[in-house]
Amino acid sequence: MKRKSILIILSMVLIMGTLAGCGAKETSGGTDSDVIKIGVFEPMTGVNAAGGEMTVEGIKLAHEKVNTVLGKKIELVIADNKSDKVEATNAVSKLIDKDKVVAIIGSYGSSLSMAAGDVVKEAKVPAVGCSPTNPLVTLNNDYYFRVCFIDPFQGTVMANYAVNELGAKTAAIIQDVQQDYSVGLAAYFKEAFIKLTGSESSIVGEASYNTGDQDFSAQLTNIKALNPDVIFAPGNYGESALLIKQARDLGITTPILGGDTWESPEFLEIGGAAVEGAVFSTHFTAEAPVTEVSDVFLREYKEKYGKDANAFAALGYDAYMVIIEAIEKAGSADPVAIRDKIAETANFVGATGVITLDENGDAVKSAVINKVENGQFVYLTTIEPVN
Amino acid sequence: MNMSIQEFLQHLANGISLGSLYALIAIGYTMVYGILRLINFAHGDIFMLGTYLTFYGILFTPIPWYIVFILAPALTGLIGLVLEKLAYKPLRESPRITVLISAIGASFLIQNLGILVFGGRPKAFPTPAILERVLKIGGVSVAIVNFVIPVVTVILLIGLNFIIQKTKTGMAMRALSKDYETASLMGININQIISITFFIGSFLAAMGGIMWGVKYPQLMPHMGVLPGLKCFIAAVVGGIGNITGAVLGGFILGLGEIMLIAFLPTLTGYRDAFAFILLIIILLFKPTGLMGEKVTEKV
Repeated sequence: MKRKSILIILSMVLIMGTLAGCGAKETSGGTDSDVIKIGVFEPMTGVNAAGGEMTVEGIKLAHEKVNTVLGKKIELVIADNKSDKVEATNAVSKLIDKDKVVAIIGSYGSSLSMAAGDVVKEAKVPAVGCSPTNPLVTLNNDYYFRVCFIDPFQGTVMANYAVNELGAKTAAIIQDVQQDYSVGLAAYFKEAFIKLTGSESSIVGEASYNTGDQDFSAQLTNIKALNPDVIFAPGNYGESALLIKQARDLGITTPILGGDTWESPEFLEIGGAAVEGAVFSTHFTAEAPVTEVSDVFLREYKEKYGKDANAFAALGYDAYMVIIEAIEKAGSADPVAIRDKIAETANFVGATGVITLDENGDAVKSAVINKVENGQFVYLTTIEPVN
Repeated sequence: MNMSIQEFLQHLANGISLGSLYALIAIGYTMVYGILRLINFAHGDIFMLGTYLTFYGILFTPIPWYIVFILAPALTGLIGLVLEKLAYKPLRESPRITVLISAIGASFLIQNLGILVFGGRPKAFPTPAILERVLKIGGVSVAIVNFVIPVVTVILLIGLNFIIQKTKTGMAMRALSKDYETASLMGININQIISITFFIGSFLAAMGGIMWGVKYPQLMPHMGVLPGLKCFIAAVVGGIGNITGAVLGGFILGLGEIMLIAFLPTLTGYRDAFAFILLIIILLFKPTGLMGEKVTEKV
């Protein structure tokens, strides 16, 4: 039995190794001089698949709209990072080394973006994230940018909502310890909540889980005993929907708040009636277009996909357009020249708002608060950044 | 730490519910091993297929859900039978390790086919409304499904024991597990018995999948991997090949996981590690598992 187990483990390791090797879709290599390649690395499978797919929809729409730059055709090369940190590094390396892309868009999921950070930095190829909100994605990395706000802001927005709108005096936090997004956002919420309530003891409990967990009953039973006024539980849409469902099954009636990852149809489908009343912050809503580009984007998106656009599609659209503008300004397809122009992005009118990148490469933008009502996301309010 | 009785009972209810789910999946795993001495690593993926078949059956056919709950596992049983014909039968004379590797290959194949056919985005399991209700007993909240799962597990356990111990097919299965060649010399149709074994094993996996889907209504093509591994561990802990042992192993695993988080919340991150540590301990101190018999190789 013992020897057998060793053999089993050995063979599994071998097989997983070979599978990891055959990564994303093959495309004809080489550098065609009349084609400019833009790489996209997003989770198309795995726990973040819905987020990646929604983002890619927006990118594809933008690509259809603008498919030439500097008189050359633009080719999108999409690589699946499989919601996996190791695969994210592989996917980006492949885009740079094999496909010779001049710029990269991605990825949904802060951890996935951070996994690619060192690769783009060393290869000197600029990357623009659509929705990774953890501050560390762009910090100390001259080649990483993003078109969304960051978590210190998002955490503050939700803490303000909890204290001012819900009148919460105590809160419990549940975080996914494998997602930098969840851990970071939870920490910023905690900081802001303590500041607002003026009491260190206002955070009555903290619980954690791992990505991919399906059962949260033990953590929730622990939290229930602490009787908080509000629960903040940022995490992937699938895990969060199951978590809220199990919380309601356990008789927890406390309001549950989260972050931008909750905005996906799967959150509503999996959570069903249980996620009614869930409140979260996000980047954009079809209910309150902010610029003239938003209107155009929303109309064209609906024509192409037959549904209303969400924040991730809009951010994907903006990331692509920011890169195109930078290529035009640079007047060349040299990655370093493109990087310098992306860094200078100012007052760019996108679908999600006016984008100006700060010294870290982050966009400073307003946040939208949404609530689930009758199985739909309903727009509550817009919060402007304070500077 | 001080925990109220009520809180402890809630944890206990959570643990029993999770444990019975593990037990249900482990039964099929251990049965196939017990009879054929084959670790069917694709068991978790058969489990996934069963859940998806149920999903499509409920949403896209007019068949009522309670009939789909029987039909889908039956269909999954047929898929298991085909899998055996394609992936294991040609290797029947090969060393056991070859079959094992074939099983792992089949597992990856099914997962990736799943991504192609079902898509990478998760689907929500259409839980029948009657199973969504929640009962409150003295401050302890338990969803109906948590009562249904142990009942289903016990019914299937009794049914399986009946087939193996009381029927002619069961007798043939037992004969096969003792001595493959002699059994065939005695006029037992080996191929038929192996097919039946795989049918039942896959049927049980799909039943486990349905219960899993009702409890955790998120369907993904790789959803079977971790439950598959954990239930393999449950089967080994209980003594692989021993059906009652698999149930015991499932409960130890489920209760252990819940109690670990209940009493030592800081170790939550090691939840999955708990199963593997348990496996290592069992392999070190009682390699045959808690209820497994010592196998003596005949010369």
